[in-house]
Amino acid sequence: MASASVLSEYKAPISAHFSPYDFNGGTVLAIAGNDFALIATDTRLSQGFAIHSRECPKTFTLTNNTILGCCGFHGDVLTLTKTLAARLQIFEKDHNKPMPTASIAAMLSTILYYRRFFPYYTHNVVAGLDEEGKGCVYSFDPVGCYEKESFRAKGSASAMLQPLLDNQIGGKNQNGYTAQSLTSTQCVALVKDVFTSAAERDIYTGDNIIISVVNKDGIKSEKFPLRRD
Amino acid sequence: MAAPCVELPKGGFSFDNCARNARLEQLGLKFPTAYKTGTTIAGAIFKDGVVLGADTRATEDTVVADKNCAKIHYLSDNMYCCGAGTAADTEMTTQLISAELELHRLNTGRVPRVATANRLLKQMLYRYQGHIGAALVLGGVDVTGPNLYSIWPHGSTDKLPYVTMGSGSLAAMATFEDRFKPDMTREEAMKLVRDAIAAGIFNDLGSGSNVDLCVITKDKVEYIRPYEVANIRGVKQRSYRYQRGTTAILSSEVKKLDLDVFGTEVKHQPMDTQ
Amino acid sequence: MMSINGSPGPLWTGGPIPGQFYNFPGGKSDSNNTQRVRSVNPIVTGTSVLAVQFKGGVVIAADTLGSYGSLAKYRDLKRLLKVNDTTVIGAAGDYADFQYMSNIIQQQVINDEVINDGFGYTPKSVHCLLTRILYNRRSQFNPLWNTYIIAGIEEDQPYLGYVDKIGMAYEAPSLACGFGAYVALPIIRDALEKKPDISKDEAVALIDRCMKLMYYRDARALNKYQLAVITKDGVDIKGPIISETNWEVAHMIRGYE
Repeated sequence: MASASVLSEYKAPISAHFSPYDFNGGTVLAIAGNDFALIATDTRLSQGFAIHSRECPKTFTLTNNTILGCCGFHGDVLTLTKTLAARLQIFEKDHNKPMPTASIAAMLSTILYYRRFFPYYTHNVVAGLDEEGKGCVYSFDPVGCYEKESFRAKGSASAMLQPLLDNQIGGKNQNGYTAQSLTSTQCVALVKDVFTSAAERDIYTGDNIIISVVNKDGIKSEKFPLRRD
Repeated sequence: MAAPCVELPKGGFSFDNCARNARLEQLGLKFPTAYKTGTTIAGAIFKDGVVLGADTRATEDTVVADKNCAKIHYLSDNMYCCGAGTAADTEMTTQLISAELELHRLNTGRVPRVATANRLLKQMLYRYQGHIGAALVLGGVDVTGPNLYSIWPHGSTDKLPYVTMGSGSLAAMATFEDRFKPDMTREEAMKLVRDAIAAGIFNDLGSGSNVDLCVITKDKVEYIRPYEVANIRGVKQRSYRYQRGTTAILSSEVKKLDLDVFGTEVKHQPMDTQ
Repeated sequence: MMSINGSPGPLWTGGPIPGQFYNFPGGKSDSNNTQRVRSVNPIVTGTSVLAVQFKGGVVIAADTLGSYGSLAKYRDLKRLLKVNDTTVIGAAGDYADFQYMSNIIQQQVINDEVINDGFGYTPKSVHCLLTRILYNRRSQFNPLWNTYIIAGIEEDQPYLGYVDKIGMAYEAPSLACGFGAYVALPIIRDALEKKPDISKDEAVALIDRCMKLMYYRDARALNKYQLAVITKDGVDIKGPIISETNWEVAHMIRGYE
């Protein structure tokens, strides 16, 4: 018995642990308006306590009226966006028109679910104009469950941003107040404010945000500085 | 049988539920986490004193718990101590040692030495075998001149001309290795320590906000807080004031308190100084 | 979202962490998830690689030590690979995996040259190739245990790219991997912030300073390193260079109390 208990003290030699995943931070925010949709993402790429890059945007232009916000594990982000870009190009060559926003969302869902048992560790939001020219936002979980929404925050500071959006855009928890739809300029100002606040309290959000607005004239991007600590 | 009575604690830690808690943790209960000061703290010796520096961010996992906390703690009139690690541990440990140093001063009638504080701290930390998660940078000036120590949670110490601690210690140490030279002037040393802390603030996510400095020379201490506001909060673009009455009142009830009110006049009395 | 030291956060609130199995009604199953991991640990390793852009080019450097655990086994290992006249890659991590990757890259470059269509590998395309290879290997749970820094000239502009063993990749004006990301990068970033357009000589001096820092503070580093300068005129690999070190402060240290 004694020898058994002594043997149990022995452990296998320490070997470096391999994890195929990592978390590289980042926050994504999308809002749909009447005739526009926008996505804002911060540009910080981090790992543990280190900042890899201060200039790594997580917004991707998919077509001339659809954009994608994508954060989580950056290796998966790169692979997923590459796959998406290829699929969209194939579609465009096949059908001689860009894929509509709703179809992109449906396709992204199947691409994500394809990896159900080895998921892409990514938080996705697709924003764009629907076929009537109205703004729309689709948000996804990492394995492909998706939903059409009018505003959504994803990523590391999402738990801080979402309640604020519920209140400011959704008009939630306000007595005698009904939500009014915001204009594009109002939304951009709101986005800057919520990100400024998130950067105060979330260590993975900071450096800059890129705000991309889609409307009938195309996609316009704007950069806004956040704190850098 | 004696009536159960409340016994006043004699001092020291209570270990009452340690075994129970260890068992609960094994069963999967999550205990509340303590604030950590994932920190950059640093100190450097210059020609006639010591400069200590610290950032001011306290974190709770990935959330900033305190944007402007003080990490340079008072030990005695000639000694200060920066703390990294579990915020409560650094605070309590330095308070305790500060009290012991003051008693020592009153007993001996001499200015306490930095080596004394170092011994007290390391012996206490060693006794608790790392369970007191305090990583300290201790600096001060005594009869032997400027002294600087780093003290690890398990109780080991280093006596060096420049030291750093905390999650940003590598960034800060790189700055020191790059630019430290013996016998710097006060201004040079302050600039160097500021740059070391700033390197931590901007490159380490556990450190942030402002730079605090504490310059200790013979017979003089200058505690500068903040020395530099390294990050300024962005200006809000919109107003977030709510209309009066936005918060819904679900129900209200008025109760009359059945009380008699007495008035007592308190007269001014001089303090008994006899 | 996640704990700093542990694994990444759960895929969704209350859900499994990446790699963990998930049973529908009741949350997590035990992670007795004995997936086969082939490349368990690195054997002979190289430490940090540092790189910085300057006006008209890139500097990249890596020391020449091959460590076998804590043993400084090989003291003259070259960790910079010249891919072509516009591209150099620097590797940290397992040296055998780097040699394997070098073979792949060199074969690719030859295959590409044989086509003789006037196109060749650029830093960006090498970066992309490495990212795909490394991501693919991590997805098979058989990673190549390396971090690569790709330096070169892409369309007359300096180019720096990073990719690690799980396929996480990005571009930046200054890069360091491993321990260098904590020690040297703050110094390089600070220098670039003060003066974004440094000259070639300033960049070389900066990297030299940082290699010295790495030798001071990284127990797996050596004071002997190779340095490559890539400009539009081609690749110039210098070295091994010996760092001039200064131990002046050592005399100030007496004991620990």
